[in-house]
Amino acid sequence: MLIRAAVALLAGLLFGAGLALSGMINPAKVLGFLDIAGHWDPSLAGVMAAAIPVTALLYRLAGKRGSAVAGGPLPGPAKGIVDFRLVGGAAVFGLGWGLAGLCPGPAIADMVLDPRVMIFVVAMAVGMVVAKRLSGSGV
Amino acid sequence: MLSDILYALAGGGLIGLAAGLFFLVNGRILGISGLASALLGRWPARWLENVLFFLGLLIGTALVARPGIALALGSPVRLAVAGILVGFGVRAANGCTSGHAVCGLARGSKRSLVATGTFIAVAMATVALAKVF
Repeated sequence: MLIRAAVALLAGLLFGAGLALSGMINPAKVLGFLDIAGHWDPSLAGVMAAAIPVTALLYRLAGKRGSAVAGGPLPGPAKGIVDFRLVGGAAVFGLGWGLAGLCPGPAIADMVLDPRVMIFVVAMAVGMVVAKRLSGSGV
Repeated sequence: MLSDILYALAGGGLIGLAAGLFFLVNGRILGISGLASALLGRWPARWLENVLFFLGLLIGTALVARPGIALALGSPVRLAVAGILVGFGVRAANGCTSGHAVCGLARGSKRSLVATGTFIAVAMATVALAKVF
């Protein structure tokens, strides 16, 4: 139990440090990455380029063990198919991301840097609750 | 420019370490939107891990961010509209940048590949169109 709590806190610390170090916390930087038709700043591609192989390596290590270090099963591959809900949801998310330069992680992290971002975070919570209600599930 | 790429790679490495450890040790997918929205309804069995993760996220950001960094946030209306769209979209798509573009792609999920391609393409189109209108 303690190890689970410690790793959750550590993962948060690493994630926050990673967002801050990479520049993901800065909406202007993110909008620059998305601005391929203008003054494109491709540097943030480095975030995915580094994060994916590191994650994949540790996932593979976990897969070889067959269970989580703290006990319990590992989540299986994502269930479900490519459907309208997935593509439509991703498109709506992309629209909001492009409008503000904020996705959920950086938006929450930015609360310690600029209280104005609370407007976005509260609105995001409303959007999540609406989506949950519409889907009628506890997702 | 080169230093920007190095910072992005280093930051991405830390994010990957976070996502990988959360899976290896706790057996959980590190998806920010999933962890956050789980706290908006009836709290899940592992609620303490979600809360500690977000506590760490705030502390980690505060420790590493350049002191006094000014964020170019949009107008309150733009923030509110964008926030609702992001919140709704990530729940419908069952994941955001962390869950799909990092964790999902790391395990070769086709759903995550489609979701990531879609939200990056739409976000790029939005930025381009926002400059016209």
